[in-house]
Amino acid sequence: MFSTLAPILLQATWETLYMVGVSLFLATALGLPLGVLLATSGRGELLEAPLFQKIIGPIVNATRSVPFIILAVAIIPFTRLVVGTSIGTSAAIVPLTVAAIPFIARIIEGAIREVDSGLIEAAQAMGARPLQVVSKVLLPEALPGIIHGLTLTAVTLIGYSAMVGAVGAGGLGDLGIRYGYQRFRPDVMALVVITLIVVVQAVQMLGDRLARKADKRNI
Amino acid sequence: MIRLSNVQKTYPARRGSEAHAALRGIDLDIAAGEIVGVIGRSGAGKSTLIRCINLLEMPTSGSVIVDGTDVTALSKRDLPLFRRQLGMVFQHFNLLSSRTVYDNIALPLELAGASKDEIAAAVDPLLPLVGLDDKRDRYPAELSGGQKQRVGIARALSSNPKVLLCDEVTSALDPETTRQILNLLKDINSRLGLTMVVITHEMAVVKALCDRVAVMDSGVIVEEGEVAGIFANPVHATTKSLLADEFIEFRAGTDAGIADRQEG
Repeated sequence: MFSTLAPILLQATWETLYMVGVSLFLATALGLPLGVLLATSGRGELLEAPLFQKIIGPIVNATRSVPFIILAVAIIPFTRLVVGTSIGTSAAIVPLTVAAIPFIARIIEGAIREVDSGLIEAAQAMGARPLQVVSKVLLPEALPGIIHGLTLTAVTLIGYSAMVGAVGAGGLGDLGIRYGYQRFRPDVMALVVITLIVVVQAVQMLGDRLARKADKRNI
Repeated sequence: MIRLSNVQKTYPARRGSEAHAALRGIDLDIAAGEIVGVIGRSGAGKSTLIRCINLLEMPTSGSVIVDGTDVTALSKRDLPLFRRQLGMVFQHFNLLSSRTVYDNIALPLELAGASKDEIAAAVDPLLPLVGLDDKRDRYPAELSGGQKQRVGIARALSSNPKVLLCDEVTSALDPETTRQILNLLKDINSRLGLTMVVITHEMAVVKALCDRVAVMDSGVIVEEGEVAGIFANPVHATTKSLLADEFIEFRAGTDAGIADRQEG
């Protein structure tokens, strides 16, 4: 029995990792600058831009308040525009990325705000330009917090990726629903759940290890 | 070297607080190579004063002339270039936890776009100067307070500044470490001929380190002169009370010292 299930399970695990990996990468690329701006664009702050803060803040909050499954369905036209189709693993990357961007932006914002303002002052006293303060001081000092946050995002995305089965994507969630639930195969369901636990556990361990390595505050 | 003329700094009124005048017409002349102390109680405006010299705080009015240039007129682009000529040392060290001792000291040079070789040429001789040869690759979390401040001083010196601004640099340190750091600063002043502005609330720091002192109270300088003269003949009530604190601390210090020795 297992010999017939193994390739399907492996395929589904790969699809999940692919969806989560690509959307995490894309969402970080877009969410990181957004988070930096959210943390530094307030009045009297480093990259002062109060208007930006006023406009982007509510948009970020709005995106985060929409339940993921509704977001995934609601942006189908946009997904079709970007990928050419709204069905399949690659199509699922679009809603996953869109959902993760504001999540990551808020996490990065929080991690940067944790950095002691005395360090910003010291860097400015040394003659750092605003973008240098970001690249040389804020991001390196916030790195452990950022890694923790990205780990959290990855775990959340694994959960979300199980839902995108509903819009025709593959992955472990899809396997669990179609084989485990709809075909009454509790053994498949159990296998899917165990695999998800192992994947999440591995991601968390990797994230913790990287964060610890980056953290030089307690040696 | 530095001339402050009628410098005022007023923080605008916000919800729940009225406008606050932190500096109310400061005139101060600091000659090249001199160590000038600015002493006062918390809230007297001395931290605002030192931040008006490197423009971490922009004065509301008045002029700040450093090395012949009115720096309050500098553009946003030129301001970082000006600041690289001044080094600043902080009460809470403000070291980057993610960087080693060497990389912390190298930061001002990195910001100025120096090459790896230029950085090594500037940082390597600073490590023995501040007594940290053996801590080169350590992180701040592995250092004592005194060692952290030595890194802070080396970092402020690495871009070869003309002026060193010291903001309560010994206030987070114990008396013995304070003594060592003050000696180090004195040594640096005589070796490199740096101009120093030293903010403190302790007369002992002024006595150990400064040539001249300005006493501040409520945003104005109430008394100013040679350190020996001020100690011998204080005129203003604030000066007298700061000196009286020192005497009490001195007594307490010696009594505690004797107790420690007896226990040890």
